[in-house]
Amino acid sequence: MSRRDLPAFNIADLQVLLRRREISPREVLETLQTRIEDIDGKIDAYLSRDFETALKEAEKVDVDLPLGGVPIAIKDIISVAGQPCTCASKILANYRAMYDATVIQKLRAAGAIPFGKTNMDEFAMGSSTENSGMKLTRNPWDVSRVPGGSSGGSAAAVAADEAFGALGTETGGSIRQPAAVSGVVGVKPTYGRISRFGVVAFASSLDQVGPVTKTVLDAALIMNAIAGHDPSESTSLNEPVPDYTAALGKDLRGVRLGLAKEYMIDGTDPQVKAAVDAAVKHLQSLGAEIVEVSLPHTEYAISVYYILATAEASANLARFDGVRYGHRAENPKDLLDHYGRTREEGFGAEVKRRIILGTYVLSSGYYDAYYLRAQKVRELIRQDFAKAFEKIDALVSPTSPVPAFKLGERTADPLQMYLADIFTSPANLAGICGISLPCGFAEIDGARLPIGLQLLGKALDEARIFQIAHAYEQSTDWHKARPSLTEIPQAA
Amino acid sequence: MAKTADLDVAYVAKLARINLTEAETQLFQKQLGSVLEYVEKLRGVDVSQVEASAHAVPMFDVFREDEPRDWFTAKEALSNAPRQANNLFIVTKVIE
Repeated sequence: MSRRDLPAFNIADLQVLLRRREISPREVLETLQTRIEDIDGKIDAYLSRDFETALKEAEKVDVDLPLGGVPIAIKDIISVAGQPCTCASKILANYRAMYDATVIQKLRAAGAIPFGKTNMDEFAMGSSTENSGMKLTRNPWDVSRVPGGSSGGSAAAVAADEAFGALGTETGGSIRQPAAVSGVVGVKPTYGRISRFGVVAFASSLDQVGPVTKTVLDAALIMNAIAGHDPSESTSLNEPVPDYTAALGKDLRGVRLGLAKEYMIDGTDPQVKAAVDAAVKHLQSLGAEIVEVSLPHTEYAISVYYILATAEASANLARFDGVRYGHRAENPKDLLDHYGRTREEGFGAEVKRRIILGTYVLSSGYYDAYYLRAQKVRELIRQDFAKAFEKIDALVSPTSPVPAFKLGERTADPLQMYLADIFTSPANLAGICGISLPCGFAEIDGARLPIGLQLLGKALDEARIFQIAHAYEQSTDWHKARPSLTEIPQAA
Repeated sequence: MAKTADLDVAYVAKLARINLTEAETQLFQKQLGSVLEYVEKLRGVDVSQVEASAHAVPMFDVFREDEPRDWFTAKEALSNAPRQANNLFIVTKVIE
């Protein structure tokens, strides 16, 4: 093996080399650092990196641990002690995390090395990473297009072989959608499966951390490390964590896959539809049984999502008041001026829009009409899934109705951007788990753009969707395709 | 459900403690107007028999042992403070 080939490795293959002592954790990090220096000028996936600290950790790490010596990129909304945690917001531009989030503690305990923080939509609000207050991230498959969002930096870094794997976060599809349009694997675990202690809150009844990886096996390996109960986090589930790799390799005979007629919508790109139809046929050929189901309240999901998520965000983001941390406006004339200007200067347009919408739907006279009603429709959406899962093991659909769109194409119309979450947000509302994995390409304007297949599973049934996703992945070649940009320059 | 025209962005921005420029106020009024128009469809759902769900996974009364443990020192807690002195946050004057 040449060092030049190393960045394209997935985690499981990298571990084989590490455990055979064919390469050291230090060499892995140095190779990755070179790769990022070569390529990140084109992609801008990272907001910050600290290889100095990471190299020190690499010296003492045990490569026989579950993720021993594996560098993992971290979305810049997750606290890593001593590192910036900006949430891609000017209001936290100078903020440094004082402690490790529980997921970081768990990654470290498994031997993984966090070394850099990835770009995102500000406070995870967006579907294109264009709402970053720091910079634009580009899709490695076509740098004139978005990498999806909000975990666009994590998805782009993995797709461009600038990371072996990454952590992202989801509120309405922010791991699965960027994974889909960037051609990688993304997992939204069951609500409560993974601790959010140390993760900056956006919408607390929806937020969840999850892996972004090159393969399903890698996602299962990261899930093994980060899942589990955390006494510091009151919404974390006190349920045993299975070995998520155990079900990989089992065949699909007897597995029941659901297709919902409500997911066959007009706005879906014909190439996306064709790829997903072909994937369904392929899953059938592997032994899965296809069952038609109905999720009658699907059409309300985006409305419910944008009422609940903005309401919760308006409360969560009240903490950014310029008192204890973050940006503070200069020379305020009184306290109202202090708050008003601090938040005007610190927040970007989308964050302001969502706080205002969230404040409105919670305000006196509107609470029942919007917030309370949305909570009730949320319950109906949850019941839709509960009924469907009596008949099926997983639901199949596209992850995103369209491949990656052009930078700037949707920024003027927030509602169009919100509709990118149409197939993903119901899972967050219902608290169930989901995965997106590559299932083909769309040819648009000469570009070859990845398409994502989504599998949704019951709460705490991640092992099942990993089994199905792995069977599909290992009998197709989509996950092996790399963007041409990732050819390592000759000089390296 | 209330009429979308009821949204007064300038007023709600004050409640949310965010100063907006005139141009932003007008833009948000239009953009959020479209979002509120879109969510009007929720009015068509019969929710008379439905209990509101605050969480997908209901969890109540989660406690942990009431035991002291190490936490931030004052120095750590102040490490990101915009202004500080004498181990204290300096805040904008609150009382006249």
